Amino acid sequence: MAATMTLGDKITAANLEAHRRILAGEPVLVDVQLARDAIPSLPDRTILHAGPPIGWERMCGPMRGAVAGAIVFEGWAKDLDAATKLAASGEIRFEPNHHYDAVGPMTGMTTRNMAVLVVENRAFGNRAFCTVNEGIGNVMRFGGNDAEVIDRLKWIASVAGPALGAAIRHRDGVPLKNIISRGLAMGDEMHMRNAACSSLILRELAGDLADTAKQDLARILRFIAGNDMFFLNVAMAMAKATIAAAHGIEHSTVVTTMARNGTDFGIRVSATGDTWFTGPAQMARGLLFAGFSESDGNPDIGDSCITETVGLGGFSMAASPAVVGFIGAGSLADAIGYTKSMAEITVGPNPQWALPTLNMMGVPTGIDIRKVLSTGLLPVINTAIANKLPGRSQIGAGIVNPPLTCFEQAFVKFAELNGVN
Amino acid sequence: METDKLLQAEIRVINIGLREFAHDLRTCKVPVVHVDWSPPAVTDPRIASLLAKLGG
Repeated sequence: MAATMTLGDKITAANLEAHRRILAGEPVLVDVQLARDAIPSLPDRTILHAGPPIGWERMCGPMRGAVAGAIVFEGWAKDLDAATKLAASGEIRFEPNHHYDAVGPMTGMTTRNMAVLVVENRAFGNRAFCTVNEGIGNVMRFGGNDAEVIDRLKWIASVAGPALGAAIRHRDGVPLKNIISRGLAMGDEMHMRNAACSSLILRELAGDLADTAKQDLARILRFIAGNDMFFLNVAMAMAKATIAAAHGIEHSTVVTTMARNGTDFGIRVSATGDTWFTGPAQMARGLLFAGFSESDGNPDIGDSCITETVGLGGFSMAASPAVVGFIGAGSLADAIGYTKSMAEITVGPNPQWALPTLNMMGVPTGIDIRKVLSTGLLPVINTAIANKLPGRSQIGAGIVNPPLTCFEQAFVKFAELNGVN
Repeated sequence: METDKLLQAEIRVINIGLREFAHDLRTCKVPVVHVDWSPPAVTDPRIASLLAKLGG
């Protein structure tokens, strides 16, 4: 039977297997640890960043600001000026989060002494990591790097992170798929709206935190309760742990990574291994906070679009009437239209994550680069918009697409690997 | 057929592309055959050729 399969048949079968693995994932939040413990292979004097590989010379403003802050946080330089010189000197190693099974929102800084959420995909035995969401306002993910930002990160690493880790271990982990299913029904799409799931996970953990927190219990509870985006980083680690199981399937044209570093957008595809296919990061189209114009915005940045690779974010926009207005996406009908159009470029629905506004249709799951190219429909990504200057925070939110060239390059490479030209 | 007589005879329609046009005609009880077609999204001949070979 297999001998008679055409290459097209093999691709179809491989993509169905990728889809099956995504749906079969059992992501569980199992711990919060320091990155050096969770990712022992992460070297010293190394900064993991969002998106595909990039050096200091091509980094955008927010990324440079965050790098300087991360260096001060680690104590590799005494102040931001010295940190900037050190970053430019070539003595600091920069690598994508994705090279260490990690993800990070916006600038995506991860270093050895930062706390990371640990999500284990118990169906496949792999783990993924994401830093703890810092909250809104002046934060490192948007390039913030002053004392307020550094002090908060140190408190997360030394107090909140260990307390969360103990609470999570106390109850043998928090299964995430059901929380996300409920969140979709409560108006979250898990990229730009996480209000429901942030509340749900706080409800899950509050009792265990009360049992295990050694200090600052009230502050920790307020820290989570005061941040509607607390769950974003959980969802990102969940998505990474889930989609990783679909990576490396021979003949599969399913996208297993989408990420941006503020300069380039990069994708990776199941059958083409760890090769990045990149193009210029685009400007998001959306709503800007009062006092800002489009010229203040930085091109698309962050690993958070890993959520779209598993059918959330822009792919689940129909779930989230509240986010439609926030990101300037038009009406609820437009949101439903976005989700329906994503069904045209994906392998199939995920019935475990159903969309009430679409008669409980499952979220469109498993982006097929062939369908992207044949339809001309690019993945829809919901995103925050960063100020292009370092340390100036978020200035808006909107919708963005990857550049088409990423998919064209990946498809040509895929064809070459399969002897087709 | 002369164009000025077109609408005087029975109308039978082949609709290519936008399905809504066929739907509207059926609502008016006009016989219509719909052909599912859209303009090629791919403008790069190399990509078009590979898609023809690899499906999608």
